[in-house]
Amino acid sequence: MSGWLDFLEFEFMRDAMLVGSMVAAMCAALSCFLVLKGWSLMGDAISHAVLPGIVLAYLTGLPLLIGAFAAGLFCSSSIGWIKRHSRIKEDTVMGVAFTGMFAFGLVLFSRTPSEMHLDHILVGNILGITRSQFLQTLSLGGAILTVTLMLRRDLLLVCFDPGQARAMALADRFLNYLLLSMLSLAIVVSLQAVGIILVVAMLVAPGCIGHLWCDRLDRMLIVAITSAVLSTWIGLMVSFQIDAASGACIVLVQAMFFFLSLLFAPKHGIFFRTT
Amino acid sequence: MSSTKLEVSGLSVAYPNGHQALDRVSFQLSSGTICALVGMNGCGKSTLFKSIMGFVRPSGGKVEIHGKPVRESLKQQLVAYVPQSEEVDWQFPVSVWDVTMMGRYGAMNFLRIPRAIDKRKVEESLRRVNMWDFKDRQIGELSGGQKKRVFLARALAQGGQVILLDEPFTGVDIKTEKEIVTLLREIRQAGGIVLVSTHDLGSVPNYCDEVVLLNRSVISSGPTSEVFTEENLSKAFGGMLRHTKVGQNYTEFGSLTAAG
Repeated sequence: MSGWLDFLEFEFMRDAMLVGSMVAAMCAALSCFLVLKGWSLMGDAISHAVLPGIVLAYLTGLPLLIGAFAAGLFCSSSIGWIKRHSRIKEDTVMGVAFTGMFAFGLVLFSRTPSEMHLDHILVGNILGITRSQFLQTLSLGGAILTVTLMLRRDLLLVCFDPGQARAMALADRFLNYLLLSMLSLAIVVSLQAVGIILVVAMLVAPGCIGHLWCDRLDRMLIVAITSAVLSTWIGLMVSFQIDAASGACIVLVQAMFFFLSLLFAPKHGIFFRTT
Repeated sequence: MSSTKLEVSGLSVAYPNGHQALDRVSFQLSSGTICALVGMNGCGKSTLFKSIMGFVRPSGGKVEIHGKPVRESLKQQLVAYVPQSEEVDWQFPVSVWDVTMMGRYGAMNFLRIPRAIDKRKVEESLRRVNMWDFKDRQIGELSGGQKKRVFLARALAQGGQVILLDEPFTGVDIKTEKEIVTLLREIRQAGGIVLVSTHDLGSVPNYCDEVVLLNRSVISSGPTSEVFTEENLSKAFGGMLRHTKVGQNYTEFGSLTAAG
């Protein structure tokens, strides 16, 4: 058994545990609202769309974070605009918009000589995180997590019954944009840890797990966050033991949690369905 | 201040694609009124609701509540909305208590932490609609009538002076319909304005004081006995009524339904 905790002797593993937990908790909190609002695909779209932003920021010497955030917001707001001004449905617009932006990013990337590794952007490199990235992830992740939890009741109402939110003169549009902005920011913050492809899983699976287990928002948030952080620890341990890609191990554990919940969650699991 | 509380004057709404949804719609409702908003699908009922809730910007005219523009009345929590059952995702992780408490958000601070008064209002409202015993149920575990009553409780908890109900009687049994009507009468007694959007013509004369017949513009509006005539109805429904036998005796409306 001693072998399983050996990895904690290494500083990069301890850092990875901390950063991974923060990213997991932040994504899990957001994922509850994405799942409830039916925005699961939005995470997918934004995460791919940030690529051109990263490359352009690199070319112009801006912080990569800003480029990625701008690209993510550009993608989500143009999806909304096209949906409102054409007959095309939202999921279709998303499919075209984010793959288009992703392809643009790939073209830019292949034409740009750089030290960046594409696979680090795509699947993350949590074990090679720098000190400044470490601090940036913890502070931004903590901020997003705090805001999401503080405004959880308003966000729930906007997902549940936007009509009522509007009729009570709550800032429903602002909350929508806030959720989108936090989503974009969370994706950018998670890039280093799990990469733009795997972050999609972190933005969907925990919310689903929580929804399968719970009938109250607060409990759903707790279950989502706990399962996500636990997956991160187990995933990192496994990746250390079998020397496999860490981001992928984390997401794999999460997927297993989801599958187990789908089957065995009390009340809403397939084996115990009462309603 | 006049006794008129909801005043729609010359309201026109055009959508960006050029569709004229409402054309110079005008009517007034005073406090203590239950009014039915009747018309075919696509006649502008939902657009009118959206205008009263400030969702759509009118291209002409205005809506005023208590002499105040929509935006201001929404801020004062004067308008409450009871959605159609089909619009609600019943799988949401919220309890009967949670949904009713949502009606109090506008009165709370930005963290939405319920105060004693909020809890009291929620309890009062749930007791009024006979749903107190179900307060801890997840909303998907309720019957059709119970679901309706929860959203009515939310409107009561909010304390709205104008309550908008969208097709409240679809998928609801006779007993629940009677309970809802009783509640609506109580709200009228307390000086509220209830605006019910419906295409279920049969029950309208039973509980509505006034009727607005809508087909993009107002075909006729006023007291139910004056407006609810065979002639007006066939105008509103373009001769699509299945039963055109409309007598002066309202009990004959029992089997009257509109097609289309």
